[in-house]
Amino acid sequence: LEIVLDYIFKRCCFCVQEVVAGVILLVCKEALQHHGISLSMEGLVNLQLSSKSVGVFEAFYNSVKPIQLISSNIEVAKAGKVPAGKTEIPFEFPLITKGNKVLYETYHGVFVNIQYTLRCDMKRSLLAKDLSRNCEFIVHCQPQKAKVVPTPVNFTITPDTLQNIRERSSLPKFLIRGHLDATNCVISQPLTGEVVVENSDVAIKSIELQLVRVETCGCAEGYARDATEIQNIQIAEGDVCHGLAIPIYMVFPRLFTCPTLETTNFKVEFEVNIVIVLHDDHLITENFPLKLCRV
Amino acid sequence: CCVTRRSRGRNYEAELQRCRPEAAPVEFGDYHPLKPIMVTDTKSRRGARKGSTSSSSSSSSSAPADPLSSMLDGTDPLSMFAAASVSEKKREKEEEVVGPDFEPWSSKRGEILARFTTTEKLSINLFMGSDKGKAPSPGSSAVSEKVRTRLEELDDLEEGSQRELLNLSQQDYANRIEELNQSLKEAWASDQKVKALKIVIQCSKLLSDTSVIQFYPSKFVLITDILDTFGRLVYDRIWTMCSDPRPLPDSFTVDDVNDTAKETCLNWFFKIASIRELLPRLYVEAAILKCNRFLNKTGIQETLPRLTAMIRGIGDPLVAAYTRAYLCRVGMEVAPHLKDSLNRNFFDLLGTFRQVSGESVQNQLVQQRVEVPEYLTLYSPAINWILQCIAYRAPEPLLTEMMERCKKLGNNALLLNSVMRAFRPEFVAARATDFIGMIKDCDEAGFPKHLLFGSLGRSLACADPPESERLTILNEAWKVVTKVRSPQVEYRCYDYICDHTFYYVSITFIHLSFISRSQKREVNTVLADIIKHMTPDRAFEDAYPQLQSVIRKILTYFQDFSVLFSMERFLPFLDMFQKDSVRVEVCRSIMEVFIKHQVELTRDPVILNAMLHICKTMHDSVNALTLEDEKRSLALLIIGFIRMVSFGRDFEQQLSFCVEARATFCNLEPVLVQLIHTVNHQLRTFITIPSLSSIFSRLSLYLLSGQVALANQCLSQADAFLKAAVGILPDVPRSISVEGKLRSSESFLLDFINNFLATLLVVPDHPEHGVLYLVRGLLNMVQDYTWEDNSDAKVRVYVSALPLLAAMSQETYLYSIPKVDSNETLYGGDPKFLSEINKLCETLIGQILDNLKALGRDESTRRQGALAFSLFGVLLAHGDLRNNKLSQLAVNLWNLCHKHGYCETGISVRTLEYIKHQAQQHDMTHLTDTVQRLALQSRT
Repeated sequence: LEIVLDYIFKRCCFCVQEVVAGVILLVCKEALQHHGISLSMEGLVNLQLSSKSVGVFEAFYNSVKPIQLISSNIEVAKAGKVPAGKTEIPFEFPLITKGNKVLYETYHGVFVNIQYTLRCDMKRSLLAKDLSRNCEFIVHCQPQKAKVVPTPVNFTITPDTLQNIRERSSLPKFLIRGHLDATNCVISQPLTGEVVVENSDVAIKSIELQLVRVETCGCAEGYARDATEIQNIQIAEGDVCHGLAIPIYMVFPRLFTCPTLETTNFKVEFEVNIVIVLHDDHLITENFPLKLCRV
Repeated sequence: CCVTRRSRGRNYEAELQRCRPEAAPVEFGDYHPLKPIMVTDTKSRRGARKGSTSSSSSSSSSAPADPLSSMLDGTDPLSMFAAASVSEKKREKEEEVVGPDFEPWSSKRGEILARFTTTEKLSINLFMGSDKGKAPSPGSSAVSEKVRTRLEELDDLEEGSQRELLNLSQQDYANRIEELNQSLKEAWASDQKVKALKIVIQCSKLLSDTSVIQFYPSKFVLITDILDTFGRLVYDRIWTMCSDPRPLPDSFTVDDVNDTAKETCLNWFFKIASIRELLPRLYVEAAILKCNRFLNKTGIQETLPRLTAMIRGIGDPLVAAYTRAYLCRVGMEVAPHLKDSLNRNFFDLLGTFRQVSGESVQNQLVQQRVEVPEYLTLYSPAINWILQCIAYRAPEPLLTEMMERCKKLGNNALLLNSVMRAFRPEFVAARATDFIGMIKDCDEAGFPKHLLFGSLGRSLACADPPESERLTILNEAWKVVTKVRSPQVEYRCYDYICDHTFYYVSITFIHLSFISRSQKREVNTVLADIIKHMTPDRAFEDAYPQLQSVIRKILTYFQDFSVLFSMERFLPFLDMFQKDSVRVEVCRSIMEVFIKHQVELTRDPVILNAMLHICKTMHDSVNALTLEDEKRSLALLIIGFIRMVSFGRDFEQQLSFCVEARATFCNLEPVLVQLIHTVNHQLRTFITIPSLSSIFSRLSLYLLSGQVALANQCLSQADAFLKAAVGILPDVPRSISVEGKLRSSESFLLDFINNFLATLLVVPDHPEHGVLYLVRGLLNMVQDYTWEDNSDAKVRVYVSALPLLAAMSQETYLYSIPKVDSNETLYGGDPKFLSEINKLCETLIGQILDNLKALGRDESTRRQGALAFSLFGVLLAHGDLRNNKLSQLAVNLWNLCHKHGYCETGISVRTLEYIKHQAQQHDMTHLTDTVQRLALQSRT
């Protein structure tokens, strides 16, 4: 007996307040007896404490349990028979919450995970195993109404602008200038800007853009804040031509980024580091906090 | 049945007048079976096919369509609709789309692979373990291979492991890359898209490795092949996703693409956008640039400039230049109308070009022990390609701007070189003085200046600079050339030699294009110079193609061979071609030009000597292995030369020339034949004829020689020739080989005899021999000759001898040779002579009739009929039918040939009509009676 249970969604992602629509796909070789098919949708925020924080913040252990954002359950079919072959059962769920709860955008992070799943269960007789199938679907939060006015940021990096160094005198001389077109970014648009190596005594080895997520979990008692790398995009390799503007360009990866989020229990923020690696393996980093939004 | 036969008197002039047909222009019909079939456009009428009218279609090409495909075109309603809607857009597009005059990348590929080679060991460094069960690459030693594959298998257990292949020869490297290409296709076919992407990323990563830098251009070629494959695969996949229910038209828009396809496409772009390293990200995105068409209208337009800008991040100038070349290549293919990013690429290239002299590059060169000039040549394929894309159908102002920018930004020799090579020759030629100025001022940076003049010369060879500037250009170029002519020029690597010789060649071109008219002195100097440079170490051996092109160029300018050969360096120059095949080829090309352009006969000893030398070279190349065709064409060329030689009335000289030629060209029979012809003009008996092996050449040469002798009033020689011809007649074999097949010689012999008979009309009788000595001799020979069994050839000869005899009995002959008295004047219509002729006729007719009877007995009635009819024809044409007996004989013959009904009615009817027509002439009225007696047998 072979049964395939699957979903086909009408679209790849759904916006809040929209209707999640699709079909349940059932493929079996012979007619299939069952005791009812049900479909449930759930939206959860999973918070996790990093190992280093666990000891310190055991006090608010409670606050780390998953936060349910949305949950609903419908019965798709009453006990009966599914004919042999392919059966498609259409379904629809409205993405609307009860009360004043807010639906956040799908996000996969290290310590914070916001996930929406659809679960289809088929109950069967005692002898046969129940069938069930889980599936994630992606939710985008509602676009912001207000227009985003880009806030360009200029930067200049020289040995003197650096913090966090032990021997300033051992540093080679360099002057790197540039700008980001905006630090309040639209998530569907790439991060853009330019960087110019005006001069540098030591050859440049690489210039990279490091996209970092800063996740904060906590409550009134305290919080844990962790920054981890999402991706690292090289924009220059080797000893680049001095005085020539090199474009900064990075696409925000789907799933791993979401509009900057700030709630009472957790925060998800993003930053970008411009990392310059010199040939003598000096590492120069300039950090820019970003504010992501969806329009 | 002996009949007194008399030939009727003829007035040839009047007959000729009557017979001359009215000129009727021949109309060439529209229809010709070999003309290509043109298919009319299917839009107007379904499947309509007009025989040969030219196509009225707008979009379809008028190439000869084969009937099958045209049927398909016509009957498929779907493609009809599609075609109808597409053709409109297509026409608009075609204007900007790349035409066939754009030299495609594929044609550069091989050249680059052949040029940028290395003997150093290469390595491939791949960070993945994937390809199991790979065929071991050939050429490596068995043991190490075994060990290596085992190690690889170990590695393979771990996904993401690093694999490094060391010590690969160039060929191994190419094989490995090809294997990767194969595994890419396999992975794709087995739906392992991630693995496919990984392979592509790893491959493009190899392009950031510039160790063994000499090999880099070739590496680029190999790896971009993989990228092209990948781009195609992705595009085709998304394309097929949209092809349900019907395939997308070529000019589809975003709206035609369904959501799933869009999503898949978007996924690819997201995946690629997250590739960590810059170079693979650039290359892979460029590879699937075309897929932007599925997502939005402006995708390509926006991506190209962005990718162009991103290339700035590549530090190594060589890697960056090639990345730009790839982007331009993809851009040209996908969106040739987007010229801006092409230009942008070039400007960025200019902007970063100073890096070449930067510390990083210099360190690298020292490390790899590569000289700067050699390093710079590595750029040329990339830069040439980019400039080719830019210059393609570019407006003049743009090119001027490019030139200005080159000048401003460093005025680098390498760039200048590429500009001169990429831009249209006319453009370069028009600004030749500017370019010379730039060449003089430019920063050499290890790039030799003479190469620049070489490139300039290349353009000037195709297009002429303004008249007024020519002399200056020449002088400037010459100054540089003389400076370079010092022995310090080292040939470090092979390309360099090529370029170096090319420079000389090009300089020659410059020269030749200016001094094309008269100044052979300069050309001579250049030739001397080339000889001087190419002779040490037999450098010419590597430069045959270049040297050949010099010869070609010289030949196009010097069509006066006396000038050409009076250049003292020309023959020594030829001597540099020491490889036989090349040598013969060169000689051949010289001969071809000679034959084409030498209009007047010549006796110039300079030409003769040189040409004899050249011809001898060609002749000496003939050996036992030479193909027939080859021999024939060589012989033709030599004959062409001999024909042009004439010493006028100086026969002694001509003869000695011919004797020399005979000694020289003894291996080529056609040449000897030609020599005999030549000598005949000078009327020298020649002992060459008997040495010929073909009996028919001998026969016809004897005949010809006889004719020539007659024409020159050498009666005794003519007699001797003709006698000799008659003498060898019995030796004619019954069958000869023609084009390798054994054929009966009969028809050839008949032709020859007829030709011979025609000649005999004008040959006066030898005073010592009897009347019609030659005719009798010939007829006797014919009688004795062993003809084929069952053949009427002998009788046919007799029949055809009758007109001759008839013609001989005329008062004025049909033709005569000036200053030679033929029998007409010798005998002056002497009755004795006429009776001799008549006697002969009688004998002949008697013979023929006997034969006819014999045929009747043998029941070969068909042959009998045919013979009888031909005799009837002869009698009718030449016999005097007023003679009763003769006319009776004619009637008998007529009846004989109709007796068995083998006579074709059509011919009979026409013959009758002809006779009736003849009868209307005033002196031919007697024919009316004859006609009435000729009954036309109706066919039952």
